[in-house]
Amino acid sequence: MRLRLVPENTNINFFRARWLTFGASMVLMVLSLLAWATLGLNYGIDFRGGTSVRTESAQPVDVAAYRAALDPLELGDVAITEVFDPTFEATKHVAMIRIQAQDGEESAGSDMLENVEAALKGVDDTVVFTSVDSVGPEVSGELVKSAIYAVLAALGAIMVYIWLRFEWQFSLGAVVALFHDVLLTIGLFAVLQIRFDLATIAALLTIVGYSINDTVVIFDRVRENLIKFKQTPLIDVMNLSVNETLARTVMTSGTTLIALIALLVLGGDVIRGFVFAITWGVVVGTYSSVYVAKNVVLMLGTKRDWSKPSDGPAGTQFSTDA
Amino acid sequence: MLNISTFNRLVIWCLVLAGLLFALPNAFYSRVEQHNDALVAIEKQGATPEREADAAAWPGFLPSSLVNLGLDLRGGAHLLARVRVEEVYADRMKAMWPEIRDALAADRTTIGTIRRQNGPDDEVRVRIGNPDQMQRALELVRALARPVVSLSYPGATDIEVAANGDVLTVTLSQAEREATDARTVQQALEIIRRRVDEVGTREPTIQKQGVDRIIIQVPGIGSAQELKDLIGTTAKLTFQPVVSRQSSPDATGAQGRVEVLPSADPREEGIYYVLEETPVVSGEELMDAQPDFDQNGRPAVNFRFNGPGARKFGDYTAENVGSLFAIVLDEEVISAPEIITHISGGSGIITGNFTVAESNDLAVLLRAGALPAGLDFLQERTIGPELGADSIRAGTIACIVAFAAVLVFMVLSYGLFGVFANIALLINVGLIFGLLSLIGATLTLPGIAGIVLTIGMAVDANVLVFERIREELKTAKGPARAISLGYERALSAIIDANITTFITALILFLLGSGPVRGFSVTLGLGIMTSVFTAIYVTRLLIVIWFERAKPKTVEV
Repeated sequence: MRLRLVPENTNINFFRARWLTFGASMVLMVLSLLAWATLGLNYGIDFRGGTSVRTESAQPVDVAAYRAALDPLELGDVAITEVFDPTFEATKHVAMIRIQAQDGEESAGSDMLENVEAALKGVDDTVVFTSVDSVGPEVSGELVKSAIYAVLAALGAIMVYIWLRFEWQFSLGAVVALFHDVLLTIGLFAVLQIRFDLATIAALLTIVGYSINDTVVIFDRVRENLIKFKQTPLIDVMNLSVNETLARTVMTSGTTLIALIALLVLGGDVIRGFVFAITWGVVVGTYSSVYVAKNVVLMLGTKRDWSKPSDGPAGTQFSTDA
Repeated sequence: MLNISTFNRLVIWCLVLAGLLFALPNAFYSRVEQHNDALVAIEKQGATPEREADAAAWPGFLPSSLVNLGLDLRGGAHLLARVRVEEVYADRMKAMWPEIRDALAADRTTIGTIRRQNGPDDEVRVRIGNPDQMQRALELVRALARPVVSLSYPGATDIEVAANGDVLTVTLSQAEREATDARTVQQALEIIRRRVDEVGTREPTIQKQGVDRIIIQVPGIGSAQELKDLIGTTAKLTFQPVVSRQSSPDATGAQGRVEVLPSADPREEGIYYVLEETPVVSGEELMDAQPDFDQNGRPAVNFRFNGPGARKFGDYTAENVGSLFAIVLDEEVISAPEIITHISGGSGIITGNFTVAESNDLAVLLRAGALPAGLDFLQERTIGPELGADSIRAGTIACIVAFAAVLVFMVLSYGLFGVFANIALLINVGLIFGLLSLIGATLTLPGIAGIVLTIGMAVDANVLVFERIREELKTAKGPARAISLGYERALSAIIDANITTFITALILFLLGSGPVRGFSVTLGLGIMTSVFTAIYVTRLLIVIWFERAKPKTVEV
């Protein structure tokens, strides 16, 4: 007896609601952009500079008391948040304190940290700093730049690869789908105000990698079916291909999600934001492979005679007339 | 397709075995770490029964390289420092002024009076009395220029001299600035390395980044502040008169204020010097040291003191020709040459039984006495050891749970084939660890996330194949043909899908830093090993099973 998440033969018409789904995706992309523009992202110190301190204490965290203790130090913008995690013992209370970059200092001055520690000890003498992270404005500027380059470079490289292996319509479809995934993730981070830092950028790139993986598998099948069914309308070939690969899509997303959820729940709070972004990306990426990437190819159309440019077996075809 | 040649089988098994063998030490992490530490200690400080026992805890014929744990897992401090290379320009110009002055003064009759003007620290401005003789003045100063060996500026010299009305301006040339920058950063790196090595922590990372930056990562240190204090302190260099040379660390019998210091020279193992406590000259007064050759062509080190240092050194050497003179760095005697002649002019040469490389090292050490320029700290990070331990614990538990869940899911979905995929998955994780150990990569917390993600994604290639086999079973003639077609037809999707993911891992590696880079390494290696295990290992397992069981039908 086998576990079958997807019945043996499916014949779902994935493109019945193609305008609705594609439209919804476009609306969500615009909303994400709006959220990004209006709510802004909760940038971590990687990107805005400053100091982030993780405190641990045996007593419950009193955010108001912490704030009152730090106010006289005149450190500018200070954000204090308590961190909860199911893996913490009852006597472990963790808080994150973010302090803006101080004028004229590249990274945290030792005096500032000592003052902060002394002030917090006044509130709760069991407070210890388990990690301190400090980034100067010079480096944070560079980090932002290289993060943007990284995402663009990844998108560009993938676009070129797909173009070489398939057709420009596929390449465009894949990249639109990737933009969709990245934007929706950024939008979610803006709405939920989850900290957006260097690790989030790594997560975005991972999402790009995962989503393209999914998209390519379906594209590969579309290409194979286009050779097999030369007269069938494109929309039917697409539908057939998505149906044929559906079991695989669900299985792979399933195993990946199982692994990620284990990490999300048990992996500790330090990487939770990172894992959360990837988990969300897997869901969005799976959706966009079908509803964004295919839709774009469907709209643009593609050449139908795939046997011409080369006679090699499917999978090694490089287009020459794209 | 279902026939895999014996040779190919052997290659596959050998690769798997080799990978697992390299992964093995990580399963006994603390024991192997003890073994490695003991070996280093024995080599450096000699064997003790305790160290021998630690070393014997892990058999020597097995691989013993381990995956390095990143700072976020082990705890420690990270600093990104910028060397203020510009400071050195000012020093250089300061040192150059007397030379320029003397050159111009020698021809005062034509040039007229010379007067130094105020200006930026990194240039020398001189007003000359007879502006119409500027050409002559330029010639004189340009004669002081020395050639710079530079690939980007062939034929360049170290200074640029320009005239503006009656003011002559001397600056360092671009070629010289770049050469100076490289030297300054190299020196700073060397000093920092010495400072950090002194505390003897395990595997510190000290690297140059970009033009003028240095990354310093020290596991196990309490805080970034401690690390800053450590590398901020300057090396203490002194030149002290030698009273006697002996083979015991006792100061008995010596008179006056003396101290006994060991020799740093490995050929003088167990030799101690009795030195007068008051140094003749100290490192603050040393301006430069360069590898050189003595008049007999033997490698040596030449050095130069500043004004006061030169005077003291000259007086002392004049009075003590024939006696020994110790060069002491951080309480160790680097070398104790004999004073052959009176050394005037503040420069001298240290001869000894040097090879060229040794004279080079000594010059570096002498220069490395003090940081050549100040450091700005651009980024710093402290991670407490408890937090690192918590992260390892949480990461490990998450890994095991993720693993178990995926294993169960695969068996439920694919039955026997799922078991094959699971064996391949286990081998896959083993191979990732084997490769990480082999290349000496660092495992970070995001790296663990990368492994978990790989566990989830690694089955993808197998799933692609299995789903394809299911499809082929509906149409193909017989199970052998279906399996073989399944592999053949799934291949293009597997390759395309993994190459695109690999591209993103590569970009993460190239553009990322620190923990993010750790993630890209495990992700990239995971892609390679998962494709290998899916295409070769799972297939081999299926083929072996198929040959034994000879099933009439298969159910995937």
